[in-house]
Amino acid sequence: MRIIVTIKQVPSSNDVRVDPVSGTIIREGLPSVINPEDKNALELALCLRESVGAEVVALSMGPTQARRALCEAMAIGADRGILLCDKKFAGADTWATAYSLSCAVKKLAPFDLILCGRQAIDGDTAQTGPQLSEFLGIPQATCVEKLELHDGFAIASSDFGDVIRRLQFDLPALVTVTKNANFPRYASISGIAGACGSEKIEVWNAADVGADPSMIGLSGSPTRVKKMFSPRLGREGRVCDGSPSELAGKIFSALLERKIL
Amino acid sequence: MNQQMRKDVCGAAAPIAIFVEASSCGISRVVLELISKATEIASKSPREIVAFFPCFRNADLASELAEAGADRVIVAKDPLFDTYETGCYASAVSAMARSTLPDILLFGATPLGRDLAPRVANRLVTGLTADCTALDFDTEEGLLLQTRPAFGGNVMATIVCPKHRPQMATVRPGAMPLSAAKKYKRVGKIEFFDAKISPVNVMSRILDITRKDVVEAGLESAKIVVSGGRGMKGVEGFEILKELASLIGARLGASRAAVDSGWISHEHQVGQTGHSTHPDIYVACGISGAIQHISGMGGSKFIIAINKDRNAPIHDVADLSIVGDIFKVIPKLIDMIKEQPKS
Repeated sequence: MRIIVTIKQVPSSNDVRVDPVSGTIIREGLPSVINPEDKNALELALCLRESVGAEVVALSMGPTQARRALCEAMAIGADRGILLCDKKFAGADTWATAYSLSCAVKKLAPFDLILCGRQAIDGDTAQTGPQLSEFLGIPQATCVEKLELHDGFAIASSDFGDVIRRLQFDLPALVTVTKNANFPRYASISGIAGACGSEKIEVWNAADVGADPSMIGLSGSPTRVKKMFSPRLGREGRVCDGSPSELAGKIFSALLERKIL
Repeated sequence: MNQQMRKDVCGAAAPIAIFVEASSCGISRVVLELISKATEIASKSPREIVAFFPCFRNADLASELAEAGADRVIVAKDPLFDTYETGCYASAVSAMARSTLPDILLFGATPLGRDLAPRVANRLVTGLTADCTALDFDTEEGLLLQTRPAFGGNVMATIVCPKHRPQMATVRPGAMPLSAAKKYKRVGKIEFFDAKISPVNVMSRILDITRKDVVEAGLESAKIVVSGGRGMKGVEGFEILKELASLIGARLGASRAAVDSGWISHEHQVGQTGHSTHPDIYVACGISGAIQHISGMGGSKFIIAINKDRNAPIHDVADLSIVGDIFKVIPKLIDMIKEQPKS
């Protein structure tokens, strides 16, 4: 059995600002880490490996620095780390990213399962997983908390907000994993000692995976970012001080004015 | 299968289509929010509003959609659509889009909408923007301006899809108000559509669906919300807020800090990882005003903040900032409301 875990390298915190002049994101000083829910996906893969036996392949797309995230994934326990890295991939939206990943997955075939984090803390889109499964034409289960593997099929419990849906589907399939699925393990000392060496990370470019140049990167992306800005917060608020009775009176009047009382 | 719908195939006056999410409880509220939004766009740039409704047992809801403002309701009725299944729904919605060639196709950013829309976008070979909180239409360019939070609400981005059609987005429930006009003079047409669905379209078998044992907090549709944060100090603090809320007919909200502390359940959480709400009045009690909270309630019409910390960021977004002790101010307010002569 082969399980592919998609990994995204993200800033360690989403506490970033937009530069009001350039309209770009200021993320200086923030170290890069593995996206939190990708760690839940990796943990699930490692648990499945322990119970049924599998090769766990960590797959990422990003700049050269993203090797670090894959080294960490290997230190935690992944058997292989593969980085899709090419200037031609840069600026991809979720559609072009999913297409690029699908080319790499096809090169890794045969595979049984793809596990993704439900969403990344930078983009918050939750789209790349389902789009990857559509490019591959395989079943999907999103927002999964529990997954059981059987002979040739799987049963997943998906958290759909007010309901839990249990669904059964054939393998190969793609599953997106939520933070409630498990508690990700840390890299072990022997894992850290054994893993990296970022020379262990296999790096593939666009030509290596046979990606159609018209479908990758910024030029292959259907969507464009028109602008970025900080959320508008300011209101013309009245600031009131006073005794508790005076302050309660101000609220009381405001409610009366708005016909709440 | 990957029939590409380019801009030249379907011009600027092509319809706005809305995917209808419904359950045994009826049509999801977000669908009505999307119809309101579509009506607003259609008033700037005249075009039809079309509802895509795969269904079986709840097919009767089509007439509600026609009355709610959809000019056409495309109904695909089949036992395979009785409960949501990714493969069948993706096939049906893609077929409806190929038949009606919409310029814009919108979904609620519910777990279901976010499961479905990416697969439909790929089949139609077009772009998709996730979890939008604002939509506008640029009539000159013919572009849908899709604004969404990223980085947990710290950054807003406006996304466009210049060359591919339809322009697709999932839209956050509660982020857009329902238009006040409920009844329209005209009632839309209901059309039955053969989605040519068959068991080959099925990707997964739904074994069971368990309703979570939760009480709906009703924040999305609330007119008034009384919300508490870390400053409420505990369960007892929320008891005071509950009393205030019941006196003024408000729903109860909370910040993530209060929910994480276990003082109130998650259904009440307002913000990036909770519910969005845009009531007429939002009363924030002991809430510092982290950006993740503001992203869920910043659209409220009138915000009252009560916090003894003058520098709390919540005061920057409030229309009425009360710098004072909640545990003294709120009981006084409750007394005043109780003493108010009944009219």
